[in-house]
Amino acid sequence: MDTVTKTQEVALLRIALTVNGKRYELELDTRTSLLDALREHLRLTGTKKGCDHGQCGACTVLANGRRINSCLTLAVMHNGDNIVTIEGLGAPEALHPLQAAFIEHDAFQCGYCTSGQICSAIGMLAEVDLGWPSHVTADVAQKYIALSDAEIRERLSGNICRCGAYPNIVGAIRDVAGGASE
Amino acid sequence: MKPFTYERAGDAREAGAAVLRTNAKFISGGTNLLDLMKLEIEQPAHLVDISLLPLNRLEDLPNGGLRIEAQAKNSDVAADPRVRVRYRAVSEALLAGASGQLRNKASIGGNLVQRTRCPYFYDTAAACNKRTPDDGCAALSGVNRVHAILGASDACIATHPSDMAVALSALGAEIELLAPDQSARQVAIDDFYCLPGNTPHIETVLQHGEMITAVILPAPPPGWQRYRKVRDRASYAFALISVAVIVATDHEAITSARVAFGGVAHKPWRCLDAEAALTGRPATLASYRAAADVAMKGAIGRGYNDFKVELAKRTLCRTLAEAQQLGIGRPS
Repeated sequence: MDTVTKTQEVALLRIALTVNGKRYELELDTRTSLLDALREHLRLTGTKKGCDHGQCGACTVLANGRRINSCLTLAVMHNGDNIVTIEGLGAPEALHPLQAAFIEHDAFQCGYCTSGQICSAIGMLAEVDLGWPSHVTADVAQKYIALSDAEIRERLSGNICRCGAYPNIVGAIRDVAGGASE
Repeated sequence: MKPFTYERAGDAREAGAAVLRTNAKFISGGTNLLDLMKLEIEQPAHLVDISLLPLNRLEDLPNGGLRIEAQAKNSDVAADPRVRVRYRAVSEALLAGASGQLRNKASIGGNLVQRTRCPYFYDTAAACNKRTPDDGCAALSGVNRVHAILGASDACIATHPSDMAVALSALGAEIELLAPDQSARQVAIDDFYCLPGNTPHIETVLQHGEMITAVILPAPPPGWQRYRKVRDRASYAFALISVAVIVATDHEAITSARVAFGGVAHKPWRCLDAEAALTGRPATLASYRAAADVAMKGAIGRGYNDFKVELAKRTLCRTLAEAQQLGIGRPS
């Protein structure tokens, strides 16, 4: 061979993740996103890759209880963290209330965005419980949030549904939250 | 994405030493940096993770101000009761940006140094002086609907994307910086950002290896604060125009005013001339309109973004009226 293509050296790091209550040790290329670690290395394919740029929300998981885009973070940045994915929320015979509500309300068509929608909704409801305001909260200084449909829509705006099942997604979340409808 | 090595810094000193390695970069939330690394617009060889440094507190200052450490998350700062009550424009600006998921990850320091969302900067097939000095600017004759109308140059008409920085500019915030040798300095936010000139790749006065450690908010100025953002979608989109105002009135006359725009320039655009034009005037639409004309004096549209000049004026008038109405009979 006349020319030698110099391959760039790949850096590997050993990390530990707790996913859905189970501890895993992984040796990963530092470039691996948390999303790819979950899907390609742990074979937890419930979390979906949509845009891979943090714009669609299909990859939403809970990291130490908070919703994040798993595509826009490195797995190595989550060494030691507690991750919950859609697989950790319920089982076919024992659905999470949000999973049951999504079925009841017909809150999806193709279903590709659904795991992200549900993980995002869980994170969002925890934020409401903490009294966090949103862009549509009339007065950001008010202590308590009434979870209106407008609040649900704004707080879930990081999750895109190409099938346009939004009214039913809002309905499912409203049902579980017990919030007032508009 | 190009390969890179990674380390988590244990403290600021360690981070300072690590970032001096060849082509090393700090990473915090990573919500913009990793996106740019995927596109190979950013190609660091070494990442120094500073997100877990003990720099995420908010503390009251003796002068009535608030010090927000740089590793605090956007969502925590937006929800902090002190920010919500005393610096509502900061809370409103943060909540107008990105999505719930991104705000949970994005840090205050990272928010300040996020890169422009100019589509030509992201398109590696297009010419961009910001990405590659002396490459040219495809936006000048391109679809420049989202681009700058103030302070731009023929080298670059990109805008700064941060909402929070606009509110910080109106408040006169200071940015606290720490050099690798652990020496600290403070820079006023309006001096922190650079105009593009002929060097649009230089966006701030940050020196290599310098870390943003905190944002210092002075005691809130008198008056009601309001941040309004106008965009293509009702949520989860960057600003076409945004305005942060702080306006105090006394018997219907404006006693003091602060005005800063977003979506108009390479930096958050504080407008001292408009503030002067408002002070002492009656709190009426005529006064707002006169100040808006002053604010947009010298604004240049580049074709597709011509509409921004009038939109900026109207957004300012609306936001001032709203702040004045909200402020009547209420403590600032």
